[in-house]
Amino acid sequence: MRTDRTDTGANALCLGIDLGSTTAKVVLAEGERILYEKYRRHFSQVRETLLALLEEAEPLIGGRRFRCALSGSAGLGLAQAASLPFVQEVFATAETVRRAEPDTDVVIELGGEDAKIIFFRGGLDERMNGSCAGGTGAFIDQMATLLDLTPDEMDRLSLESERLYPIASRCGVFAKSDIQPLLNQGARKADVAASIYQAVVNQTIAGLAQGRKIEGKVMFLGGPLSFCLGLRRRFTETLHLTEENALFPDYARFSVAMGAALYAARQSQELDLEELRARLRDAERAGGGLASEPPLFENQAELDAFIHRHQRADLRRGDLTRARGRAYLGIDCGSTTTKFVLLGEDNELLYSFYDSNRGSPVEIVRQQLKELYAQCGDRVTIAAAAVTGYGEDLIRHAFHLDLGLVETLAHLKAAQHFQPDVDFILDIGGQDIKCFKVRHGAIDSIMLNEACSSGCGSFIETFARSLGYGVEAFSQLGLLAKHPVSLGTRCTVFMNSSVKQAQKDGATVEDISAGLSLSVVRNAIYKVIRASSAAELGENIVVQGGTFLNNAVLRNFERELGRPVIRPEIAGLMGAFGAALYAKSQAKPEGSSILGPEELELFSHRVHAAVCGGCANACRLTVNLFDRGERYISGNRCERGLGIKKAPGEGLNLYEFKRRLLEETASRPGPAQKSRGVLGLPMALGMYELLPLWHGILSALGFQVLVSGASTRQTYLKGQQSIPSDTACYPAKLMHGHVEELIEKGVDGLFCPCVVYNVEEGASDNHYNCPVVAYYPELLKGNVDELRQVKFLYPYLNIADRQALAHELWAYLHKNGYALHRQEVRAAVDRGFEAYERYEAAVRAEGQRVLARARQEGKRILILAGRPYHIDPEISHGIDKLCESLGFAVVSEDSVWRLAQGRPELGVLNQWTYHARLYRAAQFACENPDVELVQLVSFGCGLDAITSDEVKEILERNGKLYTQIKIDEITNLGAVRIRLRSLLGALEEREAAYGT
Amino acid sequence: MEPENDLLEQQLPTPAQIREQGYTLLVPTMLPTHFKIMEGILRSYGYKAELLENSGESVVEHGLKYVHNDTCYPALLVIGQLLSAIESGRYDKHRLTLLITQTGGGCRASNYIRLLRKALAKAGYGYIPVLSLNLSGLEKNSTLPLDLGLGTRLLLAALCGDLLMLLRNQVKPYETEPGAARALERRWVERLAGVLSRGSAVSYFGIRRIYRQIVRDFAAIPVQGARKVRVGIVGEIFVKFSPLGNNELEEFLAGENTEVVMPGLIDFCMYCAHSSLTDARLFGLHRVKGLVFGLALELLEGMQKDLIRAVKASGRFDAPTPFAHVARLAKPLISPGAKMGEGWLLTGEMVELIEQGVNNIVCVQPFGCLPNHIVGKGMLKPLKERYPEANIVAVDYDAAATRINQENRIKLMLSNAALQA
Repeated sequence: MRTDRTDTGANALCLGIDLGSTTAKVVLAEGERILYEKYRRHFSQVRETLLALLEEAEPLIGGRRFRCALSGSAGLGLAQAASLPFVQEVFATAETVRRAEPDTDVVIELGGEDAKIIFFRGGLDERMNGSCAGGTGAFIDQMATLLDLTPDEMDRLSLESERLYPIASRCGVFAKSDIQPLLNQGARKADVAASIYQAVVNQTIAGLAQGRKIEGKVMFLGGPLSFCLGLRRRFTETLHLTEENALFPDYARFSVAMGAALYAARQSQELDLEELRARLRDAERAGGGLASEPPLFENQAELDAFIHRHQRADLRRGDLTRARGRAYLGIDCGSTTTKFVLLGEDNELLYSFYDSNRGSPVEIVRQQLKELYAQCGDRVTIAAAAVTGYGEDLIRHAFHLDLGLVETLAHLKAAQHFQPDVDFILDIGGQDIKCFKVRHGAIDSIMLNEACSSGCGSFIETFARSLGYGVEAFSQLGLLAKHPVSLGTRCTVFMNSSVKQAQKDGATVEDISAGLSLSVVRNAIYKVIRASSAAELGENIVVQGGTFLNNAVLRNFERELGRPVIRPEIAGLMGAFGAALYAKSQAKPEGSSILGPEELELFSHRVHAAVCGGCANACRLTVNLFDRGERYISGNRCERGLGIKKAPGEGLNLYEFKRRLLEETASRPGPAQKSRGVLGLPMALGMYELLPLWHGILSALGFQVLVSGASTRQTYLKGQQSIPSDTACYPAKLMHGHVEELIEKGVDGLFCPCVVYNVEEGASDNHYNCPVVAYYPELLKGNVDELRQVKFLYPYLNIADRQALAHELWAYLHKNGYALHRQEVRAAVDRGFEAYERYEAAVRAEGQRVLARARQEGKRILILAGRPYHIDPEISHGIDKLCESLGFAVVSEDSVWRLAQGRPELGVLNQWTYHARLYRAAQFACENPDVELVQLVSFGCGLDAITSDEVKEILERNGKLYTQIKIDEITNLGAVRIRLRSLLGALEEREAAYGT
Repeated sequence: MEPENDLLEQQLPTPAQIREQGYTLLVPTMLPTHFKIMEGILRSYGYKAELLENSGESVVEHGLKYVHNDTCYPALLVIGQLLSAIESGRYDKHRLTLLITQTGGGCRASNYIRLLRKALAKAGYGYIPVLSLNLSGLEKNSTLPLDLGLGTRLLLAALCGDLLMLLRNQVKPYETEPGAARALERRWVERLAGVLSRGSAVSYFGIRRIYRQIVRDFAAIPVQGARKVRVGIVGEIFVKFSPLGNNELEEFLAGENTEVVMPGLIDFCMYCAHSSLTDARLFGLHRVKGLVFGLALELLEGMQKDLIRAVKASGRFDAPTPFAHVARLAKPLISPGAKMGEGWLLTGEMVELIEQGVNNIVCVQPFGCLPNHIVGKGMLKPLKERYPEANIVAVDYDAAATRINQENRIKLMLSNAALQA
């Protein structure tokens, strides 16, 4: 393949061009000497930016002929179309480093949207981030936007950090849903900034290194690492690098372009500047073959009619400067924005406010209240005030508002004002998509977007900014686009690369704008609502949320549904409007408790951090201190963080009970005398159910059994560097940490069977485990190096057949040097099953007890339905305790499924043991009016893509509400709390409506 | 489901009625070559079979609309392709049947047929019957009836399809006259559909002669140039074989001046039979079924050997690796008990390729594919430790994953391939 090697004379002129996802870089070299290097953000105008850069280099090139090569993700298509040599960017980097710093061991390069790692020692190994890990330069930019900082400011601030918050590191969207609530709860921006960089570091280690240790001389390249000092610091600290081993060369930005120049030197093709320009210009006309949608509007007249129609849904406006009497305040403290609405006695709009909360909602509210009081003067008094949204608790405490209400309810009240018969509400806000069906004036079912698909308002906004536009101007562009592009409906990360592809194919900014709004709409309809036709939604649809103020989104939505909908002019204020209506309906004659103008002057707010020591969840608390010594604590899952104590065993919580039961099993003493050594059992995945079985068998065989402790964030971090697939579920990823922990504790061996067939409970057509649970030990064996220090036992065992199990286990142990009698093993298997059956019976009995007690006390019963391993506090993040604190008695699916009278009719193949329990548990909920079901779904669980639709169908067929909570590394419970409170709110409303 | 659907379900025509009443039987594109031969065979059995060729946006959109978006990409594509065809207006919707393959096993894939039925009901086509092609005894009332004759013919079609694919891949990169290999392949597909059709007297002896003829024909295509870099494709079966699923990966690699190597379909069939053996041996399940499949496996191995012999006789083409050998190669890395999805076979095929000197491998999977976390991505590290020369890239396919990102990663692998060469 080296036929292209021609004369590479000492002063051959070479041009290396690196066209990345966000910037264009050019390096002109003459032999070893660099004549010119320059980079510029291209705002997707790749060709134009490149031509401009070339023009600046013209004086240096003159009429000389040169060799040239392109690199970078945006260079790929252009090179093809202009028939210029192309070199893959990682390859180019390696070439530069080999030349410049030959004793480098590892290179970490972060680009605009790609992250790469190169290992030079022990076999060259080059890797790029997978398709689900876009959090790099663009991610840092997005986060800076979120903090209302420039990237430089964020960097400077990060150097002043005092603590790090855990922020999900896998993908930008996740990180965002962690950061937003932190900000809303008053976390310091400096700490958040540093935590964001730490998330990038963690992701590089987990997502890229995948089992290879980053050590020796490490070179850091690419844009973000060339200017973010804070990011550099996080990398060097996390990797424990000494100063001489952490290389930050000054050509960090240009390594790819330099590699391209080196590659160019080996090409035979020579050309001059004019030729190059001509080729680039000609390439423009190539492309095409782009999937496009019909334009949103054929002409201006059609657009005008559309706008006119929607203007009709509006409130009467009052004049605050002249108004007198009582007024009602509603505040919606959302994830990215804060909204105010002040209503008069006749629901006329006296005052409104809508702005980004710039990462400090308390300050925004204070300023706005001040402004409001100034305008009210002595004429208008606030008779009642209510707050809703993410920041509800904080704002209510800070400013002594009278009322708080869950946002779903606020939106319902607002929508009913415009359309009393509303039967479907879709709200797309900055960070959330919320939809609810309404029946008999009460919420009937609620769907919220998963943390993964936040293709919402803030997404368009950050995208617009990255292209150099304001969000309004950007959406205007889309309205009259000729060929809107189809960009797919997955997450932001994917969307970025879809846009890249579209640009490569010649789409204009107008087409992309229209396409993005279509993506938002399709995401909402097909992913969140899971509808396939308009009829499924309803007759009278109200849409709201700031994102619907974007006419392109609105038009796409009506078009996709094929029917007109109502969008109030105050679409962005509906939460606040609903809160104001609520305040008005609940107003007391004595007036509001809200801080008055004088008190507001004295208002002060400070924030500090703490960790709760109440239990293993170790909630990171944010303590807000207000004037006069008042404080408000957030970040807690249960009352303990607030200093409220509860006696053990008091609770009605099966999750807690199971955890205790398993702990008891784990601490049961082993055999007294003869011991065959210490075997470790990693407490993850299937072990959460089968611990009594394996513990029983192994103890009976004379092994000392050591069980790993409960998972924590540390467990994950300990094992993350050996995880080969970053899209596997969190419960599986935790396995790595457990295994390492046991090895550190000095076990002789690890017992981790591959359980393909699970217990047969007669409730399904087959009784498989999911592929990940079944085969994860195989993956551990191949990827966790430390396992070589111990005996790793991972037999394939069929636990549904005792005889086969005993036989296989005997044979396997025999092969591994344990001389046992068949009889002995058979007896041990029986002991194991006795223990397992005892465990199961105890769980069932506790289920009965909790049901009975709850009914006695008139409590609502909640089946928190998931898998056995969802009781792991690090997996379910204490959601069980949260449910308990909201007043539910919590039972698990395995404790109640047998109580179902009937068998639900299923549309899918029912072939997994754990999942069969879900269906039966759902059936049980349907048979009992006081029982609700909430399904816990781990992100990346492929099987739940099948079960969740099915469980939902079972419940809804029987008039029950379906709630799904997707969980991953995410540690903040704000969104979960809103969901659960919405569920509660909906139940209460329903009861009021039906009178049950 | 609503009660109307239940009623309709009962009225769905039986497989026999489907055939007798001349329903069009739509077959999704998974293996363009193999399935085309099978289409001919099904027609000779009285089914109005039609291999779908529709692709593009409409397929993906229908999939996104009617299938849970977190379901694996192949399900989304297969169902999307069928629904898009139904709505294309080309067929009488009341005289239409859909065929879908089902392997059975603990992977989500066993649920495709149910998801398809759900999607049909959702789209208002609950009346369209779906036939399953499986050997696991699933979907008893709506399985395509496989008698010995039809079964054997489909099996031979799989073998011949593998042979055509194998030879085409080895000739196409070097043909002096562009398109010659494809043209020959198309001619043989047509001929084979005739040879294997019902009623034509086909003897196994005759098939072996046909193998030799096919090999001779491909050997006769004029070729030129030095051996190109070889790149293997392994992975989840649908995205591995279907151009619809892998963004025309074969074409892309051909354009990058490489020779594509793809282990065949028959290995997957043998792997399925082998799974039943494992069930019996390792888990003590279905011992009788295990015996039957054990015999079937031996038979298949014998047939594969004949095919290998025919290729080897040419003295020019690289022959496939015998299944038993692939199984042996996989064993040090992963247990035969790993039998969901492509299971140990996927790992084995990577080793097999490396053993043949094909160090450059694209391992393809649908985004979030559960078994591939383990048997694909999970095996890369131990593979590289064992075979430092291995140059493997794992690529995810998905409705929203873009071609440019996929191709950029493959290009990185190719750059390293060029370095090794």
